[in-house]
Amino acid sequence: MKKILALVLALALAVSMMAVAGAEDLTLKIGHIGPQTGAAAVYGLATYRGALIAAEEITAADNGVTVELLNQDDAHDAEKSITAYNTLMDAGAQMIVGCTTTAPCIAVGATAYAERVFMLTPSASSTDVTANKDNVYQVCFTDPNQGSASAAVINERKLGTKIAVIYNNADAYSTGIYQTFKARAEELGMDIVSTTTFTDETTDFSVQVADAQNSGADLVFLPIYYTPASQILIAANAIGYEPTFFGVDGMDGILTLEGFDASLAEGVMLLTPFVADAKDDLTVNFVTKYTELYGEVPNQFAADAYDCVYTLVEAAKVAGVKSGDAAEDICDAMIAAMQQIEVTGLTGTMTWSANGEVEKVPTAMIIRDGAYVGLDS
Amino acid sequence: MVFLSNLVNGISLGSIYAIIALGYTMVYGIAKMLNFAHGDIIMVGAYIAYCAAQYWGFPPILSLVVAMAVCTILGITIEKLAYKPLRQATSLAVLITAIGMSYLLQNLALLIWGANPKVFPAMIGVDTLTLFSGQLAIRGATIVTIVANIIIMIVLTLFTSRTKLGKAMRCVSEDRGAAELMGINVNTTISLTFAIGSCLAAVAGLLLCSSYPMLMPTTGSMPGIKAFTAAVFGGIGSIPGAMIGGILLGVIEILGKAYISTELGDAIVFAVLIIVLLVRPTGLLGKPMREKV
Repeated sequence: MKKILALVLALALAVSMMAVAGAEDLTLKIGHIGPQTGAAAVYGLATYRGALIAAEEITAADNGVTVELLNQDDAHDAEKSITAYNTLMDAGAQMIVGCTTTAPCIAVGATAYAERVFMLTPSASSTDVTANKDNVYQVCFTDPNQGSASAAVINERKLGTKIAVIYNNADAYSTGIYQTFKARAEELGMDIVSTTTFTDETTDFSVQVADAQNSGADLVFLPIYYTPASQILIAANAIGYEPTFFGVDGMDGILTLEGFDASLAEGVMLLTPFVADAKDDLTVNFVTKYTELYGEVPNQFAADAYDCVYTLVEAAKVAGVKSGDAAEDICDAMIAAMQQIEVTGLTGTMTWSANGEVEKVPTAMIIRDGAYVGLDS
Repeated sequence: MVFLSNLVNGISLGSIYAIIALGYTMVYGIAKMLNFAHGDIIMVGAYIAYCAAQYWGFPPILSLVVAMAVCTILGITIEKLAYKPLRQATSLAVLITAIGMSYLLQNLALLIWGANPKVFPAMIGVDTLTLFSGQLAIRGATIVTIVANIIIMIVLTLFTSRTKLGKAMRCVSEDRGAAELMGINVNTTISLTFAIGSCLAAVAGLLLCSSYPMLMPTTGSMPGIKAFTAAVFGGIGSIPGAMIGGILLGVIEILGKAYISTELGDAIVFAVLIIVLLVRPTGLLGKPMREKV
């Protein structure tokens, strides 16, 4: 009997030794929050899918890191987003990829700041997302960054002399870019001749387009998403108005909009960190996988989320995170690690400043023959 | 000329509100319930027409017919499943059910057609009409919408005043209990009302997306609410009222945006509604309400 007991104990010891040996393998539990139903579902689905591809790639690469991606839908609603966050934390998430959209991200960011949970958002681009919260980092450009960069590019390359702006005044993203664009444009002495607005519920864009035309604008700046942008292009075409249209990262997606006559987007310029048509291996690999799995070409949201997961893994390695560490115990180490690492992903080579904003280079692109090409090519 | 072109744009938007408002007012006038899912039936109609034209290669007219058939069946089904069991319930219960139905349809559409918006193909083959040597352009879709509005308005008015079924509808509207005693089948009449309302929704869906070609699961909701406003504005229950209310609302919205502020466009629309309701509580063409003591 004693012999058997000794054997069992020995076995138990052996098993536990193996467990210790295996502990160097890292299993990261990452929670994703984004809208997967409702009007903003397209963005949340894209970030989830992008993050999922990255998580599966990292796990399949078999070099000791397993990423377990937990997912919650927030329907682009701040309150639901907090619930989603609580659910993820209860499920043992160690850090968050999210939130996809700005308003929920601000709400969840405040809670996560109080509870010391590290967050990296793929796409919530307002400065309010990171303001006064040391635990929230961004992979996307901030809105001010995009607005002033656009003004600088337009001015430098003399793309237009009289400028019209049409923006969504019900949307923090669009308003944020508009404000910094305007400030920078005034600094540079650019002439903004028409400024009109719309909201998410607007169906008719004739007034905005006519105002730009009647003010004699030769460049229309569109700091908005591609869906209303497509309507503006259609409305301009209907009255034979052909200025240069200049968009920001939200314009990405216009070419793949189902049923949209892509020839209307010919000559549209935009600043964007990711184009699905790029020919580097990383992009080709990602786009092929995404298209196979989901039957559509990924947009920049998916690319940003993909980079998020790789960035988190990189930061977790530097921070010395162990499997099963509690979120609040690793938060400070993650923050320190984020400021040290440099990650090259789909959206460029990124470093982070202490306020959580990313530094990477935006590229000016133009749509030519139904594809994005660099403005200089 | 700028004013005229704004006016034309306003009428164009207004005619869309009008055609949606006709469906609202029809159902309200007879079944005495606000079918808040009306805007979403429009969205379903537009999706069906889109699929018929894009995926199955149907010609526009056939796409419209398919959409009308599907929406009619959908309308009758919704009425049978969700509203009929609540015939004796309070109007609040029916209203909440309708809002629930609206969300159900939106999320079903999200499930079936996905979240990515689709751009509606040009289905209306009428050319743009240019006046004053090209200074004023009236789009073909606008002309077709206005003509469709007038035809539907006349047909509905004749239907409710001349035919037996139409008269039955008016009886049900006036006094459900008495109509039943007179041998009118109230349930069938209300189902028929929903069938007509939903069939009109399909037409409205196709016309809405022909003028403003963006199709997503929430496409119907805001035009639906604006059209409901238009129906109240014109006097809910009144068929010509819906048409006038819709067109006025569109014109006010566009002119408000063009001459006052694009930021206040919607606020102006709803402010006008409040003022009209303060002055004429039953709307422009609504029957004055008699207080029974």
